[in-house]
Amino acid sequence: MSRYMLIESRDPFDSNDVAFTYGLACDLVKAGHDVALVLVQNGVLPARRGANADGLAAVIKAGVRVLADDFSLSERGIANARLTSGVEPTKIDVVIDHMAEGHKTLWH
Amino acid sequence: MSKKTLTFALMDAPYESENLTTAFRLLAIAAERGFTINVFAYEGASALAFAKQVPHPNPVHGKNVAEENHPTTKDQVAALLACAEENGGKVDWVNCGMCVDERGVNEFVPGTRRGSPADLHAFTEASDNVLVIPTK
Repeated sequence: MSRYMLIESRDPFDSNDVAFTYGLACDLVKAGHDVALVLVQNGVLPARRGANADGLAAVIKAGVRVLADDFSLSERGIANARLTSGVEPTKIDVVIDHMAEGHKTLWH
Repeated sequence: MSKKTLTFALMDAPYESENLTTAFRLLAIAAERGFTINVFAYEGASALAFAKQVPHPNPVHGKNVAEENHPTTKDQVAALLACAEENGGKVDWVNCGMCVDERGVNEFVPGTRRGSPADLHAFTEASDNVLVIPTK
């Protein structure tokens, strides 16, 4: 088993490519790997409760640990209480933590 | 946690993308931890350390240079280098030579240097991890 950290910076309502990141995260979990998906910048927008975000919901359901950068949330006026279930607000330090641990890292 | 060596490849030009805001946030954390940091700045990012950047006023808002307090990426790069040194780490910041020549931005802030994609390969070989932050 390998450990992965995928970083999604884009808004799925703006970039269809985001579906590939979500799909990769789900496939890696299905293959037995440990996967964290870190949402940054506009990537946090689908984490709002009530957003039309079936793709992110599938990622959460698949067992991916989904984290959202608290600075990106704050910049966009998204309170932690408004996050959909299964998304954890986090400090961006978590990215350096994963990198320092040698987890496989990919930015989109 | 032991001191780690991390490499970042940056591609976005100054003052255009939120990617760089996030990149500098990550670099600052690594510097505060005293890590060894390698940065390969290529394409538009090769201008991040360009020494002739100057802050500007904002006449639309009636602010002079001091009041506007406009940050420049060259100062952010210099601050990163200083932060790393204060915490026992270091930064090897390489500006892609071909990229700076294309853009005429081959005068860098002290502590950064000219290099080539071969440096990125060497960085990758010597690092605990690598993060490539591409432009869109």
